[in-house]
Amino acid sequence: MAKISLIVNGNPVNANIDPRTLLVQFLRENLRLTGTHVGCDTSQCGACVVHLDGKAVKSCTTLAVMADGHEVKTIEGLAADGGPLHPMQEAFREHHGLQCGFCTPGMIMTAVDIVRRKGNELDDHTIREELEGNICRCTGYHNIVKAIAAGARAMRGGASASQAAE
Amino acid sequence: MYAFTFHRPQTVRQAAGLLTKNADAKLLAGGQSLLPTMKLRLASPPQILDMTLVEGLSGIELSGRALTIGAMTRHYEVNASPVVQQAIPVLAKLAGLIGDPAVRHRGTLGGSVANNDPNADYPAACLGLGATIITNKRRIKADDYFTGMFSTALEPGEIITKISFPIPKKAAYQKFRNQASRFALVGVFVAKRGSDIRVAVTGAGSNGVFRVTSFEEALKKRFSPKSLEGLTIPADGMNSDIHGSAEYRAHLVGVLARRAVAEAIGKPAA
Repeated sequence: MAKISLIVNGNPVNANIDPRTLLVQFLRENLRLTGTHVGCDTSQCGACVVHLDGKAVKSCTTLAVMADGHEVKTIEGLAADGGPLHPMQEAFREHHGLQCGFCTPGMIMTAVDIVRRKGNELDDHTIREELEGNICRCTGYHNIVKAIAAGARAMRGGASASQAAE
Repeated sequence: MYAFTFHRPQTVRQAAGLLTKNADAKLLAGGQSLLPTMKLRLASPPQILDMTLVEGLSGIELSGRALTIGAMTRHYEVNASPVVQQAIPVLAKLAGLIGDPAVRHRGTLGGSVANNDPNADYPAACLGLGATIITNKRRIKADDYFTGMFSTALEPGEIITKISFPIPKKAAYQKFRNQASRFALVGVFVAKRGSDIRVAVTGAGSNGVFRVTSFEEALKKRFSPKSLEGLTIPADGMNSDIHGSAEYRAHLVGVLARRAVAEAIGKPAA
């Protein structure tokens, strides 16, 4: 067993786990944060993307022990419970950037990471290139790309994505 | 994934000691190759040595005519580094072609080079640039380092600490991606540094990364894609699988080598 302490969505977490526990397993099964999904379990699909020290990583290809002493943010940590959605979440709602919704948490966590690295003005080509590690089997990506562009702009001003879309 | 005991060495010396004592132990760097392999139960190391806490293995340093990059430096750091972009732009570009953004946030230079996956990008850069692999024990020339598929000159208890890349005059990398895995179906790295001309190929050979001496000789006469016209390499010794036959891969080596030379001299094909 291995002792780990980390910050998850702003809260300190301590646990004693089998070292082979994947980060995604730890989040879903130990912490019951089931917003992070397991799609392919082979680091192809991106449904499991979370932020580790602010950077997008695939939590199905990271051991929970590798997050020891670090900070993890999941889709549940983007907006406060009961509060307004994060601008990127709002943009996905507004532009219907989903159908079944399974890939959406990973898409949104990746989208926020794209904005961190590439800024608030994103063209379609950049967004599509940057989404190479996130797979959606429903939408054909069109609305996802629109949602990310709008969400990126909305993250700048703090304005809601629906306003940015108008 | 099978169970393992987990160690977090604090120094290279500690890690080397553990590695020498436990012959089947594996070093864990970014985990982007090792963890998938363990999940598929293709590997089941009884001990994992996590290198995260070992200091001094990360960083990028330009000194004289070489760029030295720490083994634990992650792909996104190489890709985004102004120092790399200025000194060896092709290396920054190559790092940005590995996997996807999330994979690049974790994967490391040392991990890739120690693993020597026959479809990986960094081995082509090391061999193409004539890099030196620096370990806790010695310095190994890239020409002597890559010894076959998933096989290297590393000895038991030997750990890569950094890699030194001589700065080329001209260089380019052309990668033909497997659309699903993002690995190189074939990748060709060409570099010219004085009279030293290198053509290194990844993805194609069934023994991993290799140099194409016939192309190098032709390019020594004139460093131009024209010098490679009509030149081919035999399909013998090429990988053949569901993604491409040996003949197809051999063909791609020629095509990508010509494109890489064109890019290196600033005249990329339209």
